[in-house]
This record gives sequence, C-alpha cells and structure tokens, in this order.
Amino acid sequence: MSRLEKQRNILDYTLSSLLRRKGKNAALTLVFTLVVFMVASAVLFAQAVRREASLVLKDTPEIIVQRTVAGRQGLVPEAYVERIAAIRGVSAVRGRLWGYYFDDAFGGANYTLMVPDAFPYEPGTIVVGGEVARNSRTRVDNLLPFKAHDGTVRGYRIGEILPTESALVSADLILMTEPDFRSLFGIPAAEVTDIVLSVRNPQEIATIAHKIAALLPDTRPIVRDEILRTYDAVFAWRAGLLLAILAGSVAAFIIFAWDRATGLSAEERREIGILKAVGWETGDVLTMKFWEGAVVSLSSFLAGIALAYAHVFFASATLFEPVIKGWSVLYPDFRLTPSVNAPEMAALFFITVVPYTVATIVPSWRAATIDPDAVMRF
Amino acid sequence: MIEIVEVRKVFNAGRHNEYTALAGVSCSIASGQVTVFKGPSGSGKTTLLSIVGCMARPTSGRVVLAGRDITSLPERFLTEVRRRKFGFVFQQFNLIKGITALENVMLPAYPLGERRAALEARALGLFELLCIADRAREKAELLSGGEMQRVAIARALINTPETVIADEPTAHLDSRLSREFMEIVGRLKREGKTTIIASHDPLVYESEIVDRVISVRDGKIEPGDP
Repeated sequence: MSRLEKQRNILDYTLSSLLRRKGKNAALTLVFTLVVFMVASAVLFAQAVRREASLVLKDTPEIIVQRTVAGRQGLVPEAYVERIAAIRGVSAVRGRLWGYYFDDAFGGANYTLMVPDAFPYEPGTIVVGGEVARNSRTRVDNLLPFKAHDGTVRGYRIGEILPTESALVSADLILMTEPDFRSLFGIPAAEVTDIVLSVRNPQEIATIAHKIAALLPDTRPIVRDEILRTYDAVFAWRAGLLLAILAGSVAAFIIFAWDRATGLSAEERREIGILKAVGWETGDVLTMKFWEGAVVSLSSFLAGIALAYAHVFFASATLFEPVIKGWSVLYPDFRLTPSVNAPEMAALFFITVVPYTVATIVPSWRAATIDPDAVMRF
Repeated sequence: MIEIVEVRKVFNAGRHNEYTALAGVSCSIASGQVTVFKGPSGSGKTTLLSIVGCMARPTSGRVVLAGRDITSLPERFLTEVRRRKFGFVFQQFNLIKGITALENVMLPAYPLGERRAALEARALGLFELLCIADRAREKAELLSGGEMQRVAIARALINTPETVIADEPTAHLDSRLSREFMEIVGRLKREGKTTIIASHDPLVYESEIVDRVISVRDGKIEPGDP
C-alpha cells in the first residue's frame, strides 16, 4: 500500500470519470486546445520573428550612413568614406554594395544581392541562399540567369549554397563580386549603396551620428539601436494586434471554462456524496477533481502548444499570415527557425492550466465538505 | 458492540423549520448479530443509521464503538472509522453510472492505496460469492435491480468491514429478490459480521435470521424494545 498506488487508483477513476462525460469533456478540451493554440501561435511567431531579427542585426554596424536625394535613398559617393573616417572616434568605415532583384522568371521572388567583404570566388560566380536555389530549382555549378540594368541577360555560376542558420538572414541572399554587382545594376565605380562604420566608444555613437549629419548634410545616419527599436516595436505591435483580435475568443473561453469548472451538476454532487459515503475523505475527492482539471487543461495545453509549434514553424503561420506578416524586407515565403522561449511558455502555462485546475477544485471543495449522509436521502 | 446513548438529532436548529429526527435514542447493538430498526417512513431510522455509520454527527448524545466514543472524532478520523468498520448498502443502491460494476465495487478501496491487481482479485471474489461474476464488466446502469443490489453489497464488503449497514435494502426489490437478499445477510451473519438494517418490510423484520427488531417511531424507540 502506498501513496503512489493511491494516486494511481484515484487517477484511474478520474480518467474513467472523464470518459463518462465524453462529449462535454471533448468539447471543452477542443475549445481549450484551440485557445492555447491561437495564443501560443501568436507568442511563438512574435518570438521567432524577433529572434530572426536579432540574428539579422547581430552583426549590424553601429551606424549606417545613407544618402538621401529629394527624400529618397540615393547612392553614396565613395569619397564620403574617407571624410567620415576622419571624424575622431570612428573606426572601420567601409562602403557597402547591396540591393534587391525582382526575379519574375521564377514566380516573382525578390532576392537580396550583396557584395561581401571577403568573397572567395572569381567574377561570374555567386553564392546563393537555400530558398533562392529551391525557388530557381538550381544546384551548385548551375547557371542562374539575371536580367541586367541594360536589358541583357547574364548567367552566373552557383559556387555554393549558404547554410541555413537563419532562414531570414540567408534564404533570399545572393552574394557576388563587386565587378559583377556594378555591371548588373549599372552602378558607377565611385559610388556605393551605403556606408557602415563602427564607433570605438559606444557612449559616443549619438555624438558621431550628429557630426556625420553636420559634415555631410545630404546623408542620414541610422543608429543600430533605432533599428532594433523599430523591429521590436513592429513585431510587438503586430503580436499585440493579433492578441487583441483573439481577446474576444479568449474571453468567451474563460466564461465557458469558468462556468464548466465552477458549476457542479446534480449528478456530480451526487457522485461526490457517494464517494464520501463509501469512505473517501474530502482530500481524496479534491485530489480526484485536481486530476480531472489537470488532465483536461494539461492535455489541452500540450496539444495547443504542439499544434502552434507545427503551425508556426512547419506551416509558416498560415492562419496569421494576413495580420502578422508583410514586413517589406522579409522574404515573402520564408520559414522560421524553430525556437521556444521557456519563460513565455511557462507564463502561458500559468495563465491557462493553473486557473482552470483551481477553478475545478473550488466548487468540489464546497460540495465535499457537506456531511456524507446527504447521500442516504438521494 | 455498538452503544447508542441518548442520541438526539435536530435539523435546522433554531429556524422556523426546525425538525427533531431523533429525540433521545438509547440502545445497544450486539456484534455478529442481525439487528433491524423497524418503523414507518419518517420515524428516524435512516438518521439513526447515518449516525451509527459515522456519516453524520448527533446534535447530542454519544455513539460508542467497541468501547471508543466516536461521536466527537475529527472528520478525517471519522472517515477512517467509516471506511474500515462499516459497509453501506443504500436504499437507491447509489452506484455510479458510466463505470463498470467492478469499478463501483473497488471505489471504497481506492484511497487505501492497495495494489490494483490485488484489489481487483478481491472484488472479483465478491462477485463470485454473490453469483454475479458474469456482470462484473458491465456498466452499472445496465444491471437489473437485483444485480445492482448485489453490486452494492459487494461494494459494502470490499474493505472487509465488521459491520454492514443497509437502509431499506428491499424497497426496490420484489419478494424473490428480497428473500435472496436476506439469504446473503444470513451468509454474512455466519461469517461473523454485524448487520444493521432499517426496514419496514415484513420480509426483512420477520425473517428468522434476524436476531433483534427495534421499533422506532417519531424519533424514539418504542417502549419494550431497548
């Protein structure tokens, strides 16, 4: 005889008790699962996108300098690099060449083209992201055709396909040599897309940004923190919007679950009376009700989380696409790298499983404290 | 030996609907015998059984079980006494619907933490004893009245109590099934169990296996019966 056996016996009885009210409990579990699924999808999605964004921005330089012409971004003269480098406190200044290429030959994909600092291949060879290769149905050593700025078609040999640490970072990326990039887009030799720089003392970032703006009035320095803040605000806002949309269904569920959990039917009261009359203690009845609430809420929670995980990471959050996606620089058909934030999942657990289980126990406690002789008069 | 000493039970005390179910009952019930409380509906028989079986507390008075006053025990201890010492057969049988007869019988033993296999074997032994072994895996609500009662008896016996308490056990049975019930009571008596029955059915209180009949009326034991 042991406490474990006792719990097992009570759990066995709880499960057969749940099966007795199959329809009701199945409906409850279904709705519960659906709510956890929706909330968890929103949380997982926002969290994964933020993680992707932080990966993108991990190696971003402290300041990016863009040139604006009539309020639009224009090419930056390469001579600006030396002028910025002359500002005290600035280190590692370099011009970058990057841009977008709309590929209508393969279903209208939008690629990001970039010239990396160090590129191990000769002109005529490119390195592509996994999605680019998949989308264009190409492999290493295949030729990938591009329509140049002058209307001619140029083929570049694929030298390598990038590993997918972060799909968002590399999925749509194409790396190429500087001469190839310039000739493809027709960018003059003395101009770059933007300039990036590092600052020795992080406290000085704002001051240096001001100095650059004063020295080169046609430029716009963008500080990394601003980008991070923007990303964060955009994704937090979108997740919040989604949760606001879901708030109605969550509230409806809370009312439904509260009503289901707190109200005891005459049949349930009778059952509690019988259990007490045949020798169950109040504590045993509460243990049974605890297991009942825990089985329903825990299985719904786990099912909801598993479905949300599959929805977000395997089905690209199809249901939420219209609301939460659409960030212009995101690849339109990217797949998020699976990541789960334990504290957020724990918070979700505590706002779903715990209240429901407690709500199940309270009315049973009231019913279980009555004298068992009531059962003699049923 | 169970001694009932000046037991009173008042429902809704102090309210306009105050009702005295037992007005000072005293008697003693011998071990190993069959004792029947006889009386019309509303006479206080069921209330008396509830108090003897530790399901309710008297408003005043005492119940002494094997020399120990059990009236003022805390709920936990009272439950323990009820579970170990008494088995109940209710008037409506009070089986739980939706689960099998076997599970119903094992219910009182679940909180004791006994291994399931041993418990199940013991429960099936009781089904054999009561000649309903083939109905053990049947859902409770699909049993006939007589089968339900046997299942209720098996449930009362699962924790091998010293005393079986039955409240109007034949109220929903025909004469044949009522006689069969009394045969089972006779078997329990031969095993040395104490049986306390509340009934106004002559088939019960006139049965030859009954050792003692106590008449209850208006919450009191009728003169000449103590």
